[in-house]
Amino acid sequence: MAMIAVWLKIDEERVVHALQEAGAALDSADGEVLLDFSSVRRIVPRALRVMEEFAGIADNKGVKVVLRGVNVDVYRVFKLVKLASRFSFVS
Amino acid sequence: MSASEAVRERVQIPVVAESLSEERIAYLEGLVSQARTAAAVFTQFTQEDVDRIVKPMVLAGLEQAHHLACLAVEETKLGVMEDKVLKNMVATEFAYNYVKDKRTVGIIREFPERNLVEMAEPIGVIFSLTPITNPTSTVLFKCIMAIKTRNAVIFSPHPSAWRCCSESVRIMYEAAIKHGAPEGVFGCLESHTLQDNAYLMRHKDVGLIDATGGPGAVKAAYSSGKPALGVGAGNTPVYLEKTADLNTAVVDIIVSKTFDNGTICASEQTVVIDDEIYDPVLKKFADLGTHICNEKETEQLGRTVIDPKTGFMQGMAVGQKATDIARFAGISVKPNTKLLIAPIQGVGREHPLSAETLFPVLAVYRAKSVDEALKVCVDVNHAGGLGHTAVIFSRNDDVIRKFGEVMNAGRIIVNSPGSVGALGGVYNDLVPTFSFGCGTGGGNSTTDNTNIYHYLNIKRVARRTQAHMWFRVPNQIYFNMNAVENVKDFPSHCTIIITNPALEKFGHVDIVRRYLSPQTHVHVSVIPDAEPEVKVVMQGVEALNFYKADQIIALGGGSVIDAAKIMKLKYESPEADLEELAAPFLDLRKRVVEYPTEKINRVRLVAIPTTSGTGSEVTPFAVLTDKERRRKVTLADYSLTPDVAIVDPQFVLSMPKGLTADTGIDCLTHALEAAVSSYASAYTDCNAMQAIRMVFKYLPIAYEHPRDEEARSMMHNAACIAAMAFSNASVGVNHALAHAFGARFGVAHGRANALMLPHVIAYNAAVPTKFVPSPYQKGHVAHNKYATIADLLALGGHTVEEKVKNLITAVEQLLDQLEFPRSIAELGISKEEFERAMPELTKLAFDDPSGRSNPRMPLMSELADLFWSAYHGRGLAEGAKTSQQRSA
Repeated sequence: MAMIAVWLKIDEERVVHALQEAGAALDSADGEVLLDFSSVRRIVPRALRVMEEFAGIADNKGVKVVLRGVNVDVYRVFKLVKLASRFSFVS
Repeated sequence: MSASEAVRERVQIPVVAESLSEERIAYLEGLVSQARTAAAVFTQFTQEDVDRIVKPMVLAGLEQAHHLACLAVEETKLGVMEDKVLKNMVATEFAYNYVKDKRTVGIIREFPERNLVEMAEPIGVIFSLTPITNPTSTVLFKCIMAIKTRNAVIFSPHPSAWRCCSESVRIMYEAAIKHGAPEGVFGCLESHTLQDNAYLMRHKDVGLIDATGGPGAVKAAYSSGKPALGVGAGNTPVYLEKTADLNTAVVDIIVSKTFDNGTICASEQTVVIDDEIYDPVLKKFADLGTHICNEKETEQLGRTVIDPKTGFMQGMAVGQKATDIARFAGISVKPNTKLLIAPIQGVGREHPLSAETLFPVLAVYRAKSVDEALKVCVDVNHAGGLGHTAVIFSRNDDVIRKFGEVMNAGRIIVNSPGSVGALGGVYNDLVPTFSFGCGTGGGNSTTDNTNIYHYLNIKRVARRTQAHMWFRVPNQIYFNMNAVENVKDFPSHCTIIITNPALEKFGHVDIVRRYLSPQTHVHVSVIPDAEPEVKVVMQGVEALNFYKADQIIALGGGSVIDAAKIMKLKYESPEADLEELAAPFLDLRKRVVEYPTEKINRVRLVAIPTTSGTGSEVTPFAVLTDKERRRKVTLADYSLTPDVAIVDPQFVLSMPKGLTADTGIDCLTHALEAAVSSYASAYTDCNAMQAIRMVFKYLPIAYEHPRDEEARSMMHNAACIAAMAFSNASVGVNHALAHAFGARFGVAHGRANALMLPHVIAYNAAVPTKFVPSPYQKGHVAHNKYATIADLLALGGHTVEEKVKNLITAVEQLLDQLEFPRSIAELGISKEEFERAMPELTKLAFDDPSGRSNPRMPLMSELADLFWSAYHGRGLAEGAKTSQQRSA
């Protein structure tokens, strides 16, 4: 089992900022990054754009991105914009 | 692979994309991506979120109504600015008034009595084309609809109205974003081509095309393979009928046809006027500032504004003032002329002005009769306006209704202006819109005024409903020894006693007579057969008619009582068709056939059973034998239930052993089948279980000691109680098999039931091959119910399987005690003969309504297996082959 090298809690008020920080942390991640979305009730378009960029960077670096605690409304948004397949999800 | 190739591959638009540059494709993809993201984010919004955005948008639109109207006229060069202001206000204020209290998120409608709710699912991305005729109002309206329903829109304005439309989109977008709408929720194509439209129409991420535009755009939308809303051409006929309020009608027509210079496609086109009022109407038109063209002017006008090659209106005339059009046509009119009126003599290419004209030119036609008027309106409707709008001014309801019947129009406007009337919410209660669906007549998917509900997918959450059930039995049941005395309490001037020869001979008829009033005329009608046919029934009806009887006493077994039930039916309702009433049905409450409720005569039916068996005295069923076709005909309706049941055991003391056994097992079968039926309920279970206990205890005694009054009394009551159970829970496959077999081979009903019974219990208790789709049954319960019965009878056993086995054994032991043959073979029926009869037997058994309430749905092959099991008298494990084994 891969060691989770980076764990980040995503704060709903500062989603974009948190994701940008997560992007910066990818360099030091050892194969996997976990983003905790449990306090994100709703996601905004800008955050989606950043998520897409983040997924692209993670792909390039070969880092697996795991999203934790994503509520079903936000999950549906990920599905609708075809982002869901680019991440793993855990409760 | 280049970026555009990658994009083309992704969106799979091989032909169209060929003519688009990479940059253009990237631009279009960007628009879609933005809209898709916005739509996705929008799905998280609540009703409160949405409503918080809509209201400020509406206010923004109202504030800018004048500005946008000016822009529209300036850019498109058509219409009337003042009228466009009104349109913009209708598109915002009136639209808001309609939608403000409507639920469009989550649960939108509830039907608690049906256990049903409707929920809203947004479309996603809508690609919306907007017209040149109502550019800004259409955009304002669609923006409000979209936000209210959580959808994103990409607008494709008419090229000649791009500036005013994009300005409208900008105003709406800014208001929406300011109040929380997701970024990118509205997009607007900048100077686009047909290829752009085609690309977006086919884009996989566009959920719906809303094409408010010309026929070409609508056709492209519907041809794209996407769900689409469209509009159609509107050649609106108007019937000005002689009873109309002429002052109002003329003004309404002028208001409508001149509104925005006639650019609303629902505006009046040809006014058909009754001859009686034609001249006064034209004078009114003339007095109100219109120009009535003479013949020459009409011809000039037609040549000018209608393209002779196509028969369609000339674009240069659309939305122009009447005075300008007159000038184009070389017609001299007064300076303030608001409308040109052209009398025509027919409809079609030879009468050019009978075509659609989106400008202030109105054709008029003189009709000599209502019939002619309606026909001309139909002609106009069919000349390029199918599905759109029709208008009638009349106070005659019959004419209005007829007009509505013959017009193929989504909007039939009565006594109001056509164009503003069709918009909805102004002159009537139509839903406000700026997109008129024209149904299949106009090549559209709806005739509705397009509104918020067309921007939603409606989901229906249907919870299981608990169907109402019932427990219906005669309201008077008298039982125990000498219960027959109660007949003295039923007044009757003429009573017919229906019975069989044996009972008359035994003196049972005299017992009944004894208690009837001396004033009652009594006649006896004897049914010769044990299983009466229709002709016997009809003879009884003749007797009822002859004597004008008001009471029937059916004294006999099930056949006699069944015959009496049908006699009552035919006597009370002579027109009743027995064949039709015996039609098959699945659900009693949904059956196609209705039993007659109107009665010519009324007769009380008192049923006195003389067997402890069928329970016909309390059931809603009646079975006749069709000897020619060798089948039983079953009628089932609660109106057949006797009015009174008298369960008096003195009439069964002399029942012979064989009959005692047959009818007793019939009673047991009723109870067992009612207990496991898919219609069983707490009300029927208690009756069924009690009857089963009584049969097991008292039937052997009654069989061995026929004069034992207690045993006879208990069995007689058991039969009635079992019948009360199965009258409401129905029976099952045992009866279906017995009916088929008994009719085919002439075996008494009880005996036939007995042959099937142990095999059917084993069959029903097993896990079904096929479950019955019955809303009344919850889960697989038959085996548990049999186990409960085994417990009731104290048969022992620790597991359900053991208890079921013990029950089967107990039934077999009872059958042995009653000296029943234990196999069909024992009746002397050869295997070959039985094999030959099998297709007919299985079909009859499958079609028998008794089987419909069986807890397990019997397959044809399983019915055959059951028949064979009964033939051999042993279970499947012991030698009878399955249908698969036989065919191997």
